[in-house]
Amino acid sequence: MKIVDIGINHKTAPVEIREQMAIDTERASRIFAFFKKTELIRELFLLSTCNRVEVIFTTDSFDMSKNAIVSLMCKTGKIPESDFLPLTYTLQDMDAVRHIFRVASGLDSMVVGEPQILGQIKQAYLTSVQHRATGVILNRLLHRTFHVAKRVRSETGISESAVSISYAAVQLAKKIFHTLEDKKILLIGAGEMAELTARHLMANGVKSLSVANRTFDRAIDIARQFGGEAVSMEEIGYQLESGVDIVISSTASPDYVITKDKVRSCIRKRRNRPLFLIDIAVPRDIDPGVNDISNVYVYDIDDLKGVVQFNMAHRQQEAVKAERIVSEEIIRFEKWLKTLDIVPTIVSLKQKAENIIQTELKRSRHALHDLTPEQQASVETLVHSVSEKILNDPFLFLKGQAGRPGITNCIDFTKKLFNLDNEDNGET
Amino acid sequence: MSFILFQTALLCEILASGGFIVYIIKQKKWMFRVSHWLLFSGFMFHTAFLIYRFWTLGTAPVLDMRSALSFFSWCIIAVYMAFYLKFRMMVLGSFVAPFAAFMLLISSSMPVKAIHVRPVFKSMWLTIHVFSVFIGIGLFTIACLVSIMYLIQEYHIKKKKYGSFYFSRLPSLATLDEINYCALIYGFPFLTIGIISGCIYAQCAFGTYWQWDPKEVLSLITWLLYAVLLHERLTVGWQGRKAAIMSILCFLVIMISFAGTGLFLGGYHSFSSMNTGRMPK
Repeated sequence: MKIVDIGINHKTAPVEIREQMAIDTERASRIFAFFKKTELIRELFLLSTCNRVEVIFTTDSFDMSKNAIVSLMCKTGKIPESDFLPLTYTLQDMDAVRHIFRVASGLDSMVVGEPQILGQIKQAYLTSVQHRATGVILNRLLHRTFHVAKRVRSETGISESAVSISYAAVQLAKKIFHTLEDKKILLIGAGEMAELTARHLMANGVKSLSVANRTFDRAIDIARQFGGEAVSMEEIGYQLESGVDIVISSTASPDYVITKDKVRSCIRKRRNRPLFLIDIAVPRDIDPGVNDISNVYVYDIDDLKGVVQFNMAHRQQEAVKAERIVSEEIIRFEKWLKTLDIVPTIVSLKQKAENIIQTELKRSRHALHDLTPEQQASVETLVHSVSEKILNDPFLFLKGQAGRPGITNCIDFTKKLFNLDNEDNGET
Repeated sequence: MSFILFQTALLCEILASGGFIVYIIKQKKWMFRVSHWLLFSGFMFHTAFLIYRFWTLGTAPVLDMRSALSFFSWCIIAVYMAFYLKFRMMVLGSFVAPFAAFMLLISSSMPVKAIHVRPVFKSMWLTIHVFSVFIGIGLFTIACLVSIMYLIQEYHIKKKKYGSFYFSRLPSLATLDEINYCALIYGFPFLTIGIISGCIYAQCAFGTYWQWDPKEVLSLITWLLYAVLLHERLTVGWQGRKAAIMSILCFLVIMISFAGTGLFLGGYHSFSSMNTGRMPK
């Protein structure tokens, strides 16, 4: 039996192919329908996100099932096999396990450590479970996957630091203000990056926002989008004096929009409250000298890029730790997988013991008849625990041998010793 | 018995300090928990020790430098424990515990002298005086340590040193400033009550409220400095950097008046006069 993973991701396939191969509900039900008919594939799990399509399954006949899956994928995705096959990767057993562990931990993502993928895998697993497509191995594999991803998140700093400029701004704002709940933003000028930053700040608690723009109509437009108020460029000074805590500036102005004198003059009126100025414009809108004023912090686009670069490098370092966790967990999973070989033997041995107990109890029923129900129950418990105690050591021995070269001999010997192959016809 | 209590407290607090330092470096939560409980048990042993001493002496055990430092250390940890309950700031322990343990260590290295408790020390006013002054100083110690943390963190944000050791470990500026303010607003009334009860005690014991003893003068200066800081904070909104620097300066003045007058400057507050009996009148 093999665990197989066939997939494409952002490294192997261009976005057009990934879009075409993405598994929507309709395609998924076709694939699951095929799974129900076929004897080739025992368990099946489908994962489809914008960066990857993965099909994970367990099978006894690798080549046949691989061909079946690939041709089914190509048929439903309306793409010739010759175009699709070179873009795929096929991983087997522990390589497949490593792959899914790494994917869930964000190690295989475009932005290393991004957290969404785990949710997507959980959702995909739910779908597979609803189609009754998972069994012992994939259930265990997916639960271990969630566990690994959780460990990686909590034991490494892989996804704790901001790796985009707007998130870096949010993180810095939190280092200054702690909470952003009661803070006020002033957005000067417009631009994708500035608006994105404002949006992220608002998602983190900021409720009040005002917009200043050279053209007042534009200011009203943007203010409406954010549910804020529009102010004129001349009012910036007043805004700084009154209540603004965070300023995001991105105008096309060639000169400084906020000068050192302007900020210094309003410090006393704003009762020394901290002021965080984010300058996204090139050329800069805010005099860098403003940073020298006490309780005022200026970050320009290069500073923010510096934060992002640093955090990226930090994530790479943490990724090394994460890989180690993944390797540890693979060893554990492999160990568990090997114990599967002995499971049928253990089950039939238990079954045999149970059969003997039931037969013997039946045989002695008339002798036990005079006992009270409690006494009968304790007789039953007694025989059960005797049989468990006797079988415990053989079980431990078998589990200890799991995964070792001699395990097949041990299983054969156990079967002979307990006469398990002829279990059906003998109750002696 | 007091010796065992004291040594156990010292041992617990030194271990806790080590734990807190490892915690700030490694950022492991369980390390914090262990250190916190060590510090707390040290604190309980220390409390038992102080109660025992209070009971045997019949007055606040601060009549020589050794016991004064030990009581000072106890106050810092008491205030830290209260602040931890309010702010849940784990990294504060990494600054407070080593400081408190260091004070206790100095205290333990000083010679044990037989203390002659004269009847004049057995006054409720003296106990109130000592207790509120020391709690006040404990609060100001926290204010000072938090201010140091503030300045470190502010430096890193201003200079854009985001990759540094402290940037990720220290809390936000707003939190540090809030703790500083909280310590100040509670510390000031304690210091005030301490000075007033001291005056009343002086009147009861020596027949005069105020006699320009060096420690009295320095305490008055400290009180005025903190009054200025508090006033500026409430009216002009002094906060952040300025408030932090001022808190540190004020604390230095306290330390000068605590150690300086206790040991070198003389006057009736000095520990030598307490034991030899060179008291006014």
